[in-house]
Amino acid sequence: MTPKVVLVTGVSRFLGGHLAARFAANPDVERVLGVDTEPPPRDLLRRMGRAEFVRADIRNPLIAKVISTANVDTVVHASVTANPAGPTGRTVMKEMNVIGTMQLLAACQKSPKVRKLVVKSTSAVYGSSSRDPAVFTEDMSPKDLPSSGYAKDAVEVEGYVRGFGRRRPDVNVTTLRFTNFIGPRIDTVLTRYFALPVVPTVLGYDARVQLLHSEDALAVLERATMHDLPGVYNVGGDGVLLLSQAIRRAGRLNLPVPSSAVPTVGGFFRSARLVDFSPDQMRFLNWGRVVDTTLLKKEFGFTPRWTTQQAFDDYVNGRGLKPLVDPETVAAAERGILDVAARFR
Amino acid sequence: MAGARVIPLHDPERDAARRARHVEVVPEPEQQQSATPDWERRLTDLLAFARRRLAGDYEVDEFGFDRDLTENVLMPPLKPLYEKWFRVETIGLNNVPMAGGALIVANHSGTVPLDALMTAYGIASEHPAHRPLRGLGADLVFRTPVLGALARKGGQTLACNADAERLLSSGELVGVWPEGFKGIGKPFKDRYKLQRFGRGGFVSAALKTGVPIIPVSIVGAEEIYPMIGDIKALARLLGFPYFPVTPFFPLLGPLGAIPLPSKWYIEFGEPIRTDVFGENAADDPMLVFNLTDQVRETIQQTLYRLLTQRRNVFLG
Repeated sequence: MTPKVVLVTGVSRFLGGHLAARFAANPDVERVLGVDTEPPPRDLLRRMGRAEFVRADIRNPLIAKVISTANVDTVVHASVTANPAGPTGRTVMKEMNVIGTMQLLAACQKSPKVRKLVVKSTSAVYGSSSRDPAVFTEDMSPKDLPSSGYAKDAVEVEGYVRGFGRRRPDVNVTTLRFTNFIGPRIDTVLTRYFALPVVPTVLGYDARVQLLHSEDALAVLERATMHDLPGVYNVGGDGVLLLSQAIRRAGRLNLPVPSSAVPTVGGFFRSARLVDFSPDQMRFLNWGRVVDTTLLKKEFGFTPRWTTQQAFDDYVNGRGLKPLVDPETVAAAERGILDVAARFR
Repeated sequence: MAGARVIPLHDPERDAARRARHVEVVPEPEQQQSATPDWERRLTDLLAFARRRLAGDYEVDEFGFDRDLTENVLMPPLKPLYEKWFRVETIGLNNVPMAGGALIVANHSGTVPLDALMTAYGIASEHPAHRPLRGLGADLVFRTPVLGALARKGGQTLACNADAERLLSSGELVGVWPEGFKGIGKPFKDRYKLQRFGRGGFVSAALKTGVPIIPVSIVGAEEIYPMIGDIKALARLLGFPYFPVTPFFPLLGPLGAIPLPSKWYIEFGEPIRTDVFGENAADDPMLVFNLTDQVRETIQQTLYRLLTQRRNVFLG
């Protein structure tokens, strides 16, 4: 069933905005509503074309009015985010994530027109620890329940979504657990992290990182909206990069920090407004996380176009990250040494 | 010779992969091989390896196994230990299949898990297919900084059914030491007495994936660090399962940490098939217990047999 009226939350950010733009470009969709607390940046607004922007706070019951008066039949909840807006943004972020979702779901429950709900969640709901299996499937639950931050928000959000699904069994609910996004255009904690000239890591740990290209993320969200594919799906690119390997591929310098000094260093980077890592993201840098995407490929019918490595390379090239040591220089040095060695033959 | 197996001395696939890697670095391997001395080829390999590492140009699987690093950095230091120090002799290596999933189940001993490393090295170097052994390790290994990261890069993963089944169903050779800390940290007087074999989780993983179980008996590892005492208070303080006292450790300090040069035998037994029990065999606890016992008995009997054949701990 193709949706007639689509409401997208979080349109002032990359995913929500570009998603609204894709729906606006689709002639089958009659009306596209984009909701956020602040208007999207101008270039994003231009891209969104005929999509209408509604400046509303999803924490406010007003959202129910928007949904019922516009006869919204499909809601795409893409505003759950891991990126706090500023140094004090973490409380606001939590409210937006959790209270916002509750309000939105309440509004959806009230409106009989709503037929479909697509939720952008995260693989952070699996947590990250040494006692976890190497690869998570959708039916696994975390060994250590995330106690704070974005991961906890996401666990709570998914709980409310499940509750909504029980109360409105007529609504198709698709929950998408995304791995970390990467790409030349998207701005996340991770893209800022890898762009640092010297990248701090935790000494003695090397996380396995699975990434998803932002274009693939958009395609998955679009597919979930356009088709009826209820269920919970892990979404991530094929393959894995080790954190140290990713830093090398980006041509950055790795700075291992003893785990006792990690809070101090993290605090420094936060106050310098470079990268704002929450404790659960710090844990992610220790252990990493890999999800199984068999269900995505077999049942959801989508295979990511970029592997983790390709997506990361695309990000490195797109951002124009210059390696500290030019690969050409390395290759030249290698040839030079071999030439010298050949003389001693 | 009806039951004899053909074991090719060189695995064509692996040789091809080797050659492909050389082509990357050396444009004409055939010409160079005749003209260049051995040390120069080694230098070429070393430089190519350094360049790959510097650029992050290598593959890591979803468990964190870094084949490039394992073959070039982690494995080579084990060679002198394997060949010169313990003079390991493998028996029945042809019981390890050339391809496809299989579960290696072995006894565990020696205070420090050198037996696991030696088994892995033995298969990687002496088995015609040079297969990497994917060990299942305790949570403690992966919680420890440096060690945990290295263990993952070397192909080990957490001992849990999800990981074991995933590895086995993707056709990997998986190694498990079901005695765990009870086996490796047992006092010297209990040497070669198999401890409890867990809950049989490894058997149900093999049953679910239908792969053969290969019982492996290791003789010699018990004597490398004869554990005559255990300082429980210190172990609790450091978060270790035990704190070993051997005749030389901690008495001689770091010198006491040198393992005794016992002579080792690693015998790979006949594979036990698990694909003959039907669909839901893993849900039959009695079958799982029986199979667990069968594997345990096989290893114990082989250990006794090997011990009666052994005349001297150090000379074999």
